[in-house]
Amino acid sequence: MKPAPRLPEHPPRLWKDAEPRKAYDVVIVGGGGHGLATAYHLAADHGITNVAVVEKGWLAGGNMARNTTIIRSNYLWDASAGIYEHALGLWETLEERLGTTVMFDQRGVLNLAHNLSDVREGKRRVNANQLNGIDAHWLTPAEVGKLAPVLDVSERPRHPVHGATFQPRAGIAKHDYVAWGYARAAYELGVDLVSDCEVTGFTQTGGRVTSVSTTRGEISAGTVVLCAAGHSAVLAEKLGVRLPVQSHPLQALVSELLEQVLDTVVMSNAVHVYVSQAHKGELVMGAGVDPHIGYGRRGSFHVVEEQMAAAVELFPIFARAHVLRTWAGIVDVTPDASPIVGPLDAAGDNVWINCGWGTGGFKATPGIGDVFADSVAHGRAHDLVAPYALERFTTGRLIDEHGAAAVAH
Amino acid sequence: MLRIPCPHCGERDETEFHYGGEAGVDYPAEPAALDDVAWAEYLFVRADPADWFTERWCHVSACRQWFTIDRHTVSDEVRA
Repeated sequence: MKPAPRLPEHPPRLWKDAEPRKAYDVVIVGGGGHGLATAYHLAADHGITNVAVVEKGWLAGGNMARNTTIIRSNYLWDASAGIYEHALGLWETLEERLGTTVMFDQRGVLNLAHNLSDVREGKRRVNANQLNGIDAHWLTPAEVGKLAPVLDVSERPRHPVHGATFQPRAGIAKHDYVAWGYARAAYELGVDLVSDCEVTGFTQTGGRVTSVSTTRGEISAGTVVLCAAGHSAVLAEKLGVRLPVQSHPLQALVSELLEQVLDTVVMSNAVHVYVSQAHKGELVMGAGVDPHIGYGRRGSFHVVEEQMAAAVELFPIFARAHVLRTWAGIVDVTPDASPIVGPLDAAGDNVWINCGWGTGGFKATPGIGDVFADSVAHGRAHDLVAPYALERFTTGRLIDEHGAAAVAH
Repeated sequence: MLRIPCPHCGERDETEFHYGGEAGVDYPAEPAALDDVAWAEYLFVRADPADWFTERWCHVSACRQWFTIDRHTVSDEVRA
């Protein structure tokens, strides 16, 4: 077991909240990871600095603050492998790029197989990953046990471990550092970061959105970019567009601080829990969404209870750990569990949307920031986002990661 | 934990129920007459409001009946 890495001090939050001006070339709605990364890349790579990021709460206080920080690219389909592997490559150089620590720790991710169909699916995904140039391996139960000694790989559990896929380059990062790194870099390039600024409506004239109404005044916009994750459907409704997304509560929790016992990420879809141990020592765990739609940022206790039962089944030693904190975020889930990225023509010629990442948006942050900004700057979808156009639900060209990448992200 | 009012059995824990999503989404009377856009709308698009919402639940652990309730998706307050 590696010793726990020393935690650096929090990076300073070197930006000033802006008073919104009357007009911008680009108004980005949503100051989470994707909105901030998009703003950064617009400014850094395309010279578009007359940009405002408007956020109804505080920066990166939504799902960016509520996810379990798992980063991986071992998705089944080519389109998914494309965007997530692009993101993983950028994660590997993000600290140099932003000039700030993000604690990206490539400790690998195990996706456990508990039955014959899991084994078949896992091996198929490993083969697909390797064809896409992604590091993926199939491990036997003994090899899994070596990587995660606290995991019970015996025949005892109700759902024994029959093997696992392993992606060594996967890992975790410190979510706040990532958000603050993007915020500071964008701010230094001249982007206005406007928090406590809720969008209340849009003015649509001549097939365009000309201005955005907010709780801090009216803002004229050359281009409007929506990066609102769990509240995308609510925003789109204000633009007269119905999106194929359903917003669910997704819960996660941490234990008290413990000695380091797990230095890889373990995911199980059949038993249904995913676990990593944070640098400070908390066990960070998540599972599936609450079944009903909801915006209350809280979920039902029985969902947490089932998730803990799964964790204890896999890791008997966890039975003695105590839960420190539970929370929920609101995730926008699409029918094929893949995101919606592209122009939102039904709302206006100058409107772009990035939503539907559901339970798995954090890992994509650097990748989508890069290619979404490129799409907006050039007025056409980048090759890596083109498959994610809203039109796929009409054409039937879905990217079905529901069974493939599994429920848990 | 939501408490769901079953019209037949009374108020019970959410764990006894299966969620059915938005109410009032009828199978198209003439599916073959729908164009791709209308078919996609029927298949994939459901309301997702941060507001009162009329939705279906099935009491799978007891009477096995489907029914409709109104629930506020922010407060989770329920009206039978």
